Amino acid sequence: MNIPQDKTGEGGVIVTKLDDLLNWARLTSLFPMGFGLACCAIEMMGAYASGYDLDRFGIIPRASPRQSDVMIVAGTVTFKMADRVRRLYEQMPEPRYVISMGSCSNCGGPYWEHGYHVVKGVDRIIPVDVYVPGCPPRPEALIGGFLRLQEIIRQETIREPRAVQQIMAKRMEKGMNNEELIMTNEEPRMTNEELGMNNDPSKPDDQQNPIV
Amino acid sequence: MHFGEIKDFVAAQFGAEVIVSEHANNLQPYLVLQTERLAEVCLELHDNEATYFDFLSSVTGIDNGPEAGTMEVVYNLYSIPYDHHLMLKVIVPRNSTSEQLIPTVPTVSHIWRTADWQEREIFDLVGILFKDHPDMRRILCAADWKGHPLRKDYKLQDYYHGIKVPYDNHNEYSGFRGEPVQLISSEDPFGDKREKPEA
Repeated sequence: MNIPQDKTGEGGVIVTKLDDLLNWARLTSLFPMGFGLACCAIEMMGAYASGYDLDRFGIIPRASPRQSDVMIVAGTVTFKMADRVRRLYEQMPEPRYVISMGSCSNCGGPYWEHGYHVVKGVDRIIPVDVYVPGCPPRPEALIGGFLRLQEIIRQETIREPRAVQQIMAKRMEKGMNNEELIMTNEEPRMTNEELGMNNDPSKPDDQQNPIV
Repeated sequence: MHFGEIKDFVAAQFGAEVIVSEHANNLQPYLVLQTERLAEVCLELHDNEATYFDFLSSVTGIDNGPEAGTMEVVYNLYSIPYDHHLMLKVIVPRNSTSEQLIPTVPTVSHIWRTADWQEREIFDLVGILFKDHPDMRRILCAADWKGHPLRKDYKLQDYYHGIKVPYDNHNEYSGFRGEPVQLISSEDPFGDKREKPEA
Protein backbone atom coordinates (compact mmCIF):
# COMPACT_ATOMS: atom_id res chain seq x y z
CA MET A 1 0.00 0.00 0.00
CA ASN A 2 1.19 3.41 -0.87
CA ILE A 3 0.35 5.48 2.18
CA PRO A 4 1.97 8.90 2.22
CA GLN A 5 3.84 8.72 5.52
CA ASP A 6 4.46 12.42 5.70
CA LYS A 7 0.73 13.15 6.06
CA THR A 8 -0.24 10.71 8.84
CA GLY A 9 1.94 12.31 11.46
CA GLU A 10 3.37 8.92 12.43
CA GLY A 11 6.72 9.32 14.08
CA GLY A 12 6.30 13.03 13.87
CA VAL A 13 6.72 15.65 16.51
CA ILE A 14 3.94 17.72 17.97
CA VAL A 15 4.88 21.05 19.44
CA THR A 16 2.41 22.47 21.92
CA LYS A 17 2.22 24.34 25.16
CA LEU A 18 2.18 22.28 28.35
CA ASP A 19 -0.86 24.28 29.46
CA ASP A 20 -2.74 23.33 26.34
CA LEU A 21 -1.81 19.67 26.68
CA LEU A 22 -2.87 19.45 30.32
CA ASN A 23 -6.08 21.39 29.75
CA TRP A 24 -6.92 19.28 26.72
CA ALA A 25 -6.37 16.11 28.72
CA ARG A 26 -8.54 17.37 31.56
CA LEU A 27 -11.41 18.76 29.58
CA THR A 28 -11.76 15.72 27.36
CA SER A 29 -11.90 13.24 30.23
CA LEU A 30 -14.20 14.86 32.76
CA PHE A 31 -15.30 12.08 35.08
CA PRO A 32 -18.40 13.07 37.05
CA MET A 33 -19.36 11.44 40.30
CA GLY A 34 -22.29 9.04 39.96
CA PHE A 35 -24.54 11.05 42.21
CA GLY A 36 -28.10 12.27 41.88
CA LEU A 37 -30.54 13.79 44.34
CA ALA A 38 -33.94 14.24 42.69
CA CYS A 39 -35.75 14.46 39.37
CA CYS A 40 -32.83 16.31 37.72
CA ALA A 41 -30.90 13.07 38.12
CA ILE A 42 -33.37 11.42 35.72
CA GLU A 43 -32.43 13.96 33.05
CA MET A 44 -28.78 13.46 33.94
CA MET A 45 -29.15 9.70 33.46
CA GLY A 46 -30.87 10.41 30.16
CA ALA A 47 -27.85 12.46 29.15
CA TYR A 48 -25.53 9.58 30.09
CA ALA A 49 -27.58 7.03 28.16
CA SER A 50 -27.33 6.26 24.48
CA GLY A 51 -29.75 8.93 23.26
CA TYR A 52 -27.48 11.81 24.21
CA ASP A 53 -24.36 9.75 24.95
CA LEU A 54 -22.17 11.92 27.16
CA ASP A 55 -19.52 9.26 26.62
CA ARG A 56 -18.58 10.92 23.31
CA PHE A 57 -17.33 13.91 25.36
CA GLY A 58 -15.25 11.58 27.51
CA ILE A 59 -17.74 11.99 30.35
CA ILE A 60 -18.08 8.70 32.20
CA PRO A 61 -19.62 8.50 35.69
CA ARG A 62 -17.34 7.16 38.39
CA ALA A 63 -18.50 5.35 41.50
CA SER A 64 -16.21 7.13 43.93
CA PRO A 65 -15.56 10.79 44.71
CA ARG A 66 -11.85 10.00 44.90
CA GLN A 67 -11.83 9.13 41.18
CA SER A 68 -14.01 12.01 39.99
CA ASP A 69 -13.21 15.41 38.53
CA VAL A 70 -16.64 17.01 38.52
CA MET A 71 -19.66 16.80 40.78
CA ILE A 72 -23.07 17.33 39.18
CA VAL A 73 -25.41 18.47 41.94
CA ALA A 74 -28.54 17.17 40.22
CA GLY A 75 -31.55 17.93 42.36
CA THR A 76 -32.88 19.40 45.57
CA VAL A 77 -30.25 19.73 48.29
CA THR A 78 -31.93 19.31 51.66
CA PHE A 79 -30.27 20.28 54.91
CA LYS A 80 -30.07 16.62 55.80
CA MET A 81 -28.10 16.00 52.58
CA ALA A 82 -26.01 19.19 52.87
CA ASP A 83 -23.43 17.65 55.19
CA ARG A 84 -23.06 14.67 52.86
CA VAL A 85 -22.68 16.88 49.77
CA ARG A 86 -19.97 18.86 51.50
CA ARG A 87 -18.14 15.74 52.60
CA LEU A 88 -18.30 14.22 49.10
CA TYR A 89 -16.90 17.45 47.66
CA GLU A 90 -14.06 17.42 50.17
CA GLN A 91 -13.23 13.84 49.22
CA MET A 92 -12.70 14.77 45.57
CA PRO A 93 -9.11 15.40 44.46
CA GLU A 94 -8.02 18.69 42.90
CA PRO A 95 -8.65 19.95 40.30
CA ARG A 96 -12.36 19.57 40.98
CA TYR A 97 -15.37 21.26 39.47
CA VAL A 98 -19.02 21.57 40.39
CA ILE A 99 -21.98 21.83 38.04
CA SER A 100 -25.16 22.94 39.75
CA MET A 101 -27.98 21.39 37.75
CA GLY A 102 -31.50 22.74 37.99
CA SER A 103 -33.32 25.48 39.84
CA CYS A 104 -33.34 23.70 43.20
CA SER A 105 -29.59 23.49 43.53
CA ASN A 106 -29.07 26.88 41.87
CA CYS A 107 -31.22 28.90 44.26
CA GLY A 108 -33.76 26.69 46.03
CA GLY A 109 -36.14 26.63 43.07
CA PRO A 110 -39.83 26.23 43.97
CA TYR A 111 -38.85 25.78 47.62
CA TRP A 112 -37.21 29.20 47.89
CA GLU A 113 -39.79 30.74 50.22
CA HIS A 114 -41.64 28.06 52.17
CA GLY A 115 -39.25 25.12 51.87
CA TYR A 116 -37.91 24.94 55.40
CA HIS A 117 -35.87 21.84 54.50
CA VAL A 118 -34.11 23.03 51.31
CA VAL A 119 -30.70 24.70 51.08
CA LYS A 120 -31.35 27.86 49.04
CA GLY A 121 -28.60 27.19 46.54
CA VAL A 122 -25.81 24.62 46.76
CA ASP A 123 -23.31 27.51 46.52
CA ARG A 124 -23.99 28.06 50.21
CA ILE A 125 -22.10 24.82 50.81
CA ILE A 126 -19.55 24.36 48.01
CA PRO A 127 -18.18 26.62 45.23
CA VAL A 128 -20.03 26.21 41.94
CA ASP A 129 -18.44 26.61 38.49
CA VAL A 130 -21.40 26.28 36.15
CA TYR A 131 -25.09 26.84 36.84
CA VAL A 132 -27.47 25.00 34.51
CA PRO A 133 -30.96 26.54 34.66
CA GLY A 134 -34.15 24.57 34.17
CA CYS A 135 -36.66 22.57 36.15
CA PRO A 136 -35.41 20.04 35.31
CA PRO A 137 -32.94 21.02 32.55
CA ARG A 138 -33.12 18.93 29.42
CA PRO A 139 -30.09 16.77 28.59
CA GLU A 140 -29.11 19.34 25.95
CA ALA A 141 -28.86 21.96 28.70
CA LEU A 142 -26.62 19.69 30.78
CA ILE A 143 -24.42 19.12 27.74
CA GLY A 144 -24.32 22.89 27.33
CA GLY A 145 -23.17 23.14 30.93
CA PHE A 146 -20.37 20.68 30.26
CA LEU A 147 -19.29 22.62 27.17
CA ARG A 148 -19.19 25.77 29.30
CA LEU A 149 -17.10 23.94 31.89
CA GLN A 150 -14.74 22.83 29.13
CA GLU A 151 -14.32 26.46 28.12
CA ILE A 152 -13.48 27.33 31.74
CA ILE A 153 -10.87 24.56 31.92
CA ARG A 154 -9.40 25.65 28.59
CA GLN A 155 -8.54 29.05 30.12
CA GLU A 156 -6.54 27.55 32.99
CA THR A 157 -2.76 27.64 33.35
CA ILE A 158 -0.47 25.66 35.62
CA ARG A 159 1.41 28.80 36.57
CA GLU A 160 -1.69 30.01 38.41
CA PRO A 161 -3.54 26.91 39.59
CA ARG A 162 -7.09 27.69 40.47
CA ALA A 163 -7.05 25.90 43.82
CA VAL A 164 -4.08 27.93 45.01
CA GLN A 165 -5.70 31.11 43.79
CA GLN A 166 -8.84 30.31 45.74
CA ILE A 167 -6.86 29.73 48.91
CA MET A 168 -4.97 32.99 48.35
CA ALA A 169 -8.23 34.85 47.71
CA LYS A 170 -9.65 33.45 50.94
CA ARG A 171 -6.59 34.69 52.84
CA MET A 172 -6.81 38.10 51.22
CA GLU A 173 -10.39 38.29 52.44
CA LYS A 174 -9.20 37.76 55.97
CA GLY A 175 -6.72 40.58 55.43
CA MET A 176 -3.56 38.65 56.34
CA ASN A 177 -0.21 39.70 54.89
CA ASN A 178 2.56 37.30 53.97
CA GLU A 179 4.34 37.27 57.35
CA GLU A 180 1.11 36.60 59.20
CA LEU A 181 0.47 33.71 56.88
CA ILE A 182 3.74 32.09 57.90
CA MET A 183 3.09 32.85 61.57
CA THR A 184 -0.36 31.28 61.57
CA ASN A 185 1.17 28.18 59.95
CA GLU A 186 -1.73 27.11 57.82
CA GLU A 187 0.50 24.63 56.00
CA PRO A 188 2.94 23.54 58.72
CA ARG A 189 4.13 20.54 56.70
CA MET A 190 5.71 22.81 54.11
CA THR A 191 7.39 25.15 56.57
CA ASN A 192 8.66 22.37 58.80
CA GLU A 193 10.31 20.57 55.93
CA GLU A 194 11.84 23.79 54.70
CA LEU A 195 13.25 24.55 58.12
CA GLY A 196 14.41 20.97 58.66
CA MET A 197 12.41 20.62 61.86
CA ASN A 198 10.69 17.43 60.87
CA ASN A 199 13.54 15.20 62.07
CA ASP A 200 12.84 15.47 65.78
CA PRO A 201 12.05 11.88 66.87
CA SER A 202 10.82 12.86 70.34
CA LYS A 203 7.58 14.35 69.03
CA PRO A 204 5.06 12.20 67.26
CA ASP A 205 4.10 13.35 63.80
CA ASP A 206 0.57 14.32 64.59
CA GLN A 207 1.73 16.87 67.14
CA GLN A 208 3.90 18.60 64.59
CA ASN A 209 1.32 18.41 61.87
CA PRO A 210 -2.12 19.48 62.90
CA ILE A 211 -3.30 18.53 59.42
CA VAL A 212 -2.39 14.86 59.91
CA MET B 1 -72.02 -1.60 60.55
CA HIS B 2 -73.03 1.98 60.10
CA PHE B 3 -71.70 4.95 62.00
CA GLY B 4 -74.56 4.97 64.53
CA GLU B 5 -74.13 1.25 65.27
CA ILE B 6 -70.38 1.63 65.79
CA LYS B 7 -71.00 4.56 68.10
CA ASP B 8 -73.49 2.53 70.15
CA PHE B 9 -70.98 -0.33 70.22
CA VAL B 10 -68.25 1.92 71.62
CA ALA B 11 -70.63 3.47 74.15
CA ALA B 12 -71.79 0.04 75.28
CA GLN B 13 -68.26 -1.30 75.66
CA PHE B 14 -66.61 1.65 77.40
CA GLY B 15 -69.45 3.83 78.68
CA ALA B 16 -70.89 6.93 77.06
CA GLU B 17 -68.30 9.24 78.67
CA VAL B 18 -65.52 7.94 76.38
CA ILE B 19 -67.14 9.78 73.45
CA VAL B 20 -66.48 13.47 73.99
CA SER B 21 -68.54 14.57 71.01
CA GLU B 22 -70.11 13.13 67.91
CA HIS B 23 -70.35 14.66 64.46
CA ALA B 24 -72.73 12.45 62.53
CA ASN B 25 -73.95 14.93 59.93
CA ASN B 26 -70.60 15.56 58.28
CA LEU B 27 -69.83 14.17 54.87
CA GLN B 28 -67.52 11.84 56.76
CA PRO B 29 -68.87 11.45 60.32
CA TYR B 30 -66.44 11.15 63.19
CA LEU B 31 -66.20 10.58 66.93
CA VAL B 32 -64.05 12.64 69.28
CA LEU B 33 -62.69 10.35 71.97
CA GLN B 34 -61.13 10.92 75.36
CA THR B 35 -57.41 11.18 74.69
CA GLU B 36 -56.19 8.92 77.49
CA ARG B 37 -58.59 6.09 76.56
CA LEU B 38 -57.86 6.15 72.82
CA ALA B 39 -55.56 3.11 72.82
CA GLU B 40 -57.95 0.73 74.62
CA VAL B 41 -60.88 1.76 72.39
CA CYS B 42 -58.76 1.22 69.29
CA LEU B 43 -57.59 -2.17 70.55
CA GLU B 44 -61.20 -3.28 71.08
CA LEU B 45 -62.26 -1.95 67.66
CA HIS B 46 -59.38 -3.87 66.13
CA ASP B 47 -59.89 -7.15 67.99
CA ASN B 48 -63.66 -7.49 68.37
CA GLU B 49 -65.24 -9.72 65.73
CA ALA B 50 -68.19 -7.37 65.38
CA THR B 51 -66.08 -4.44 64.19
CA TYR B 52 -62.70 -5.90 63.15
CA PHE B 53 -61.00 -2.69 61.99
CA ASP B 54 -57.89 -4.44 60.74
CA PHE B 55 -56.58 -1.59 58.61
CA LEU B 56 -55.48 1.87 59.69
CA SER B 57 -55.81 3.96 56.52
CA SER B 58 -54.10 7.07 57.80
CA VAL B 59 -53.06 9.04 60.84
CA THR B 60 -53.10 12.83 60.49
CA GLY B 61 -51.84 15.51 62.83
CA ILE B 62 -53.47 18.95 62.65
CA ASP B 63 -52.35 22.18 64.27
CA ASN B 64 -55.29 24.51 64.78
CA GLY B 65 -53.02 27.44 65.49
CA PRO B 66 -52.18 29.53 68.56
CA GLU B 67 -55.61 31.24 68.64
CA ALA B 68 -57.53 27.98 68.88
CA GLY B 69 -54.88 26.54 71.18
CA THR B 70 -55.55 22.93 70.22
CA MET B 71 -54.07 20.16 68.13
CA GLU B 72 -55.87 17.18 66.69
CA VAL B 73 -54.91 13.67 65.66
CA VAL B 74 -57.26 12.00 63.20
CA TYR B 75 -57.42 8.22 62.73
CA ASN B 76 -59.14 6.71 59.69
CA LEU B 77 -59.99 3.07 60.31
CA TYR B 78 -61.16 0.56 57.75
CA SER B 79 -62.30 -3.02 58.03
CA ILE B 80 -61.35 -5.06 54.99
CA PRO B 81 -63.77 -8.03 55.63
CA TYR B 82 -66.78 -5.88 56.62
CA ASP B 83 -65.98 -2.94 54.30
CA HIS B 84 -66.89 -0.27 56.82
CA HIS B 85 -65.10 2.91 57.83
CA LEU B 86 -64.70 4.91 61.01
CA MET B 87 -63.04 8.22 61.66
CA LEU B 88 -61.77 8.90 65.17
CA LYS B 89 -60.34 12.13 66.52
CA VAL B 90 -58.58 13.24 69.67
CA ILE B 91 -58.10 16.90 70.57
CA VAL B 92 -55.23 17.95 72.84
CA PRO B 93 -54.14 21.37 74.16
CA ARG B 94 -51.42 22.98 72.08
CA ASN B 95 -48.65 23.80 74.64
CA SER B 96 -46.45 25.84 72.33
CA THR B 97 -44.13 27.60 74.78
CA SER B 98 -41.02 25.89 76.01
CA GLU B 99 -42.04 25.69 79.66
CA GLN B 100 -45.21 23.79 78.87
CA LEU B 101 -45.11 20.12 78.11
CA ILE B 102 -45.34 18.92 74.53
CA PRO B 103 -48.88 17.61 73.71
CA THR B 104 -49.14 13.90 74.33
CA VAL B 105 -51.37 11.24 72.78
CA PRO B 106 -51.23 7.47 73.50
CA THR B 107 -49.70 5.46 70.70
CA VAL B 108 -51.60 2.90 68.61
CA SER B 109 -48.47 1.51 66.98
CA HIS B 110 -48.76 -1.76 68.96
CA ILE B 111 -52.21 -2.29 67.36
CA TRP B 112 -51.40 -1.26 63.78
CA ARG B 113 -47.72 -1.38 62.83
CA THR B 114 -48.34 1.22 60.14
CA ALA B 115 -48.93 3.81 62.87
CA ASP B 116 -45.27 3.57 63.88
CA TRP B 117 -43.83 5.75 61.12
CA GLN B 118 -46.94 7.91 60.77
CA GLU B 119 -46.75 8.87 64.43
CA ARG B 120 -43.05 9.62 64.02
CA GLU B 121 -43.89 11.90 61.10
CA ILE B 122 -46.52 13.73 63.17
CA PHE B 123 -43.98 14.12 65.96
CA ASP B 124 -41.40 15.45 63.51
CA LEU B 125 -43.57 17.97 61.67
CA VAL B 126 -46.32 18.99 64.11
CA GLY B 127 -44.77 18.15 67.46
CA ILE B 128 -47.15 15.77 69.19
CA LEU B 129 -45.52 13.17 71.42
CA PHE B 130 -46.94 9.66 71.30
CA LYS B 131 -46.73 8.00 74.69
CA ASP B 132 -45.30 4.44 74.81
CA HIS B 133 -44.18 4.65 71.17
CA PRO B 134 -41.22 2.24 70.73
CA ASP B 135 -39.01 4.69 68.76
CA MET B 136 -40.08 8.32 69.09
CA ARG B 137 -37.49 10.02 66.86
CA ARG B 138 -37.69 12.47 63.95
CA ILE B 139 -38.23 10.68 60.65
CA LEU B 140 -37.85 13.32 57.89
CA CYS B 141 -35.96 16.32 59.24
CA ALA B 142 -32.36 16.04 60.38
CA ALA B 143 -31.98 14.67 63.89
CA ASP B 144 -30.68 17.96 65.29
CA TRP B 145 -33.29 20.14 63.58
CA LYS B 146 -34.93 22.79 65.75
CA GLY B 147 -38.70 23.07 65.98
CA HIS B 148 -41.61 21.39 64.24
CA PRO B 149 -42.00 22.90 60.74
CA LEU B 150 -45.74 22.42 60.14
CA ARG B 151 -46.80 24.27 63.28
CA LYS B 152 -48.64 27.47 62.48
CA ASP B 153 -46.23 29.63 64.47
CA TYR B 154 -43.06 27.93 63.20
CA LYS B 155 -40.05 30.20 62.66
CA LEU B 156 -37.05 29.12 60.58
CA GLN B 157 -33.75 28.87 62.35
CA ASP B 158 -31.12 31.27 60.99
CA TYR B 159 -28.29 28.78 60.52
CA TYR B 160 -28.03 25.02 60.32
CA HIS B 161 -24.47 23.62 60.59
CA GLY B 162 -23.15 26.99 59.40
CA ILE B 163 -25.43 27.13 56.36
CA LYS B 164 -27.76 30.08 56.16
CA VAL B 165 -31.35 28.86 56.08
CA PRO B 166 -33.61 31.75 54.89
CA TYR B 167 -33.54 32.96 51.30
CA ASP B 168 -33.18 36.75 51.67
CA ASN B 169 -31.51 38.39 48.66
CA HIS B 170 -29.43 35.34 47.94
CA ASN B 171 -28.14 36.42 44.53
CA GLU B 172 -26.95 39.74 45.88
CA TYR B 173 -24.39 37.88 47.98
CA SER B 174 -23.58 34.85 45.83
CA GLY B 175 -21.65 36.95 43.31
CA PHE B 176 -24.16 36.46 40.51
CA ARG B 177 -25.42 39.82 39.37
CA GLY B 178 -27.47 38.69 36.40
CA GLU B 179 -26.63 38.94 32.75
CA PRO B 180 -25.39 42.43 31.81
CA VAL B 181 -27.98 44.52 30.05
CA GLN B 182 -26.75 45.60 26.63
CA LEU B 183 -28.40 48.54 24.93
CA ILE B 184 -28.13 48.23 21.20
CA SER B 185 -30.21 51.14 20.00
CA SER B 186 -30.23 54.83 20.67
CA GLU B 187 -31.44 56.33 23.88
CA ASP B 188 -34.88 57.15 22.49
CA PRO B 189 -35.68 54.41 19.97
CA PHE B 190 -39.34 55.33 19.52
CA GLY B 191 -39.00 59.07 19.23
CA ASP B 192 -41.79 61.06 17.71
CA LYS B 193 -40.60 61.98 14.22
CA ARG B 194 -43.60 64.06 13.26
CA GLU B 195 -43.21 67.73 13.05
CA LYS B 196 -44.81 69.46 15.91
CA PRO B 197 -46.44 72.84 15.70
CA GLU B 198 -44.53 75.48 17.52
CA ALA B 199 -46.15 76.46 20.70
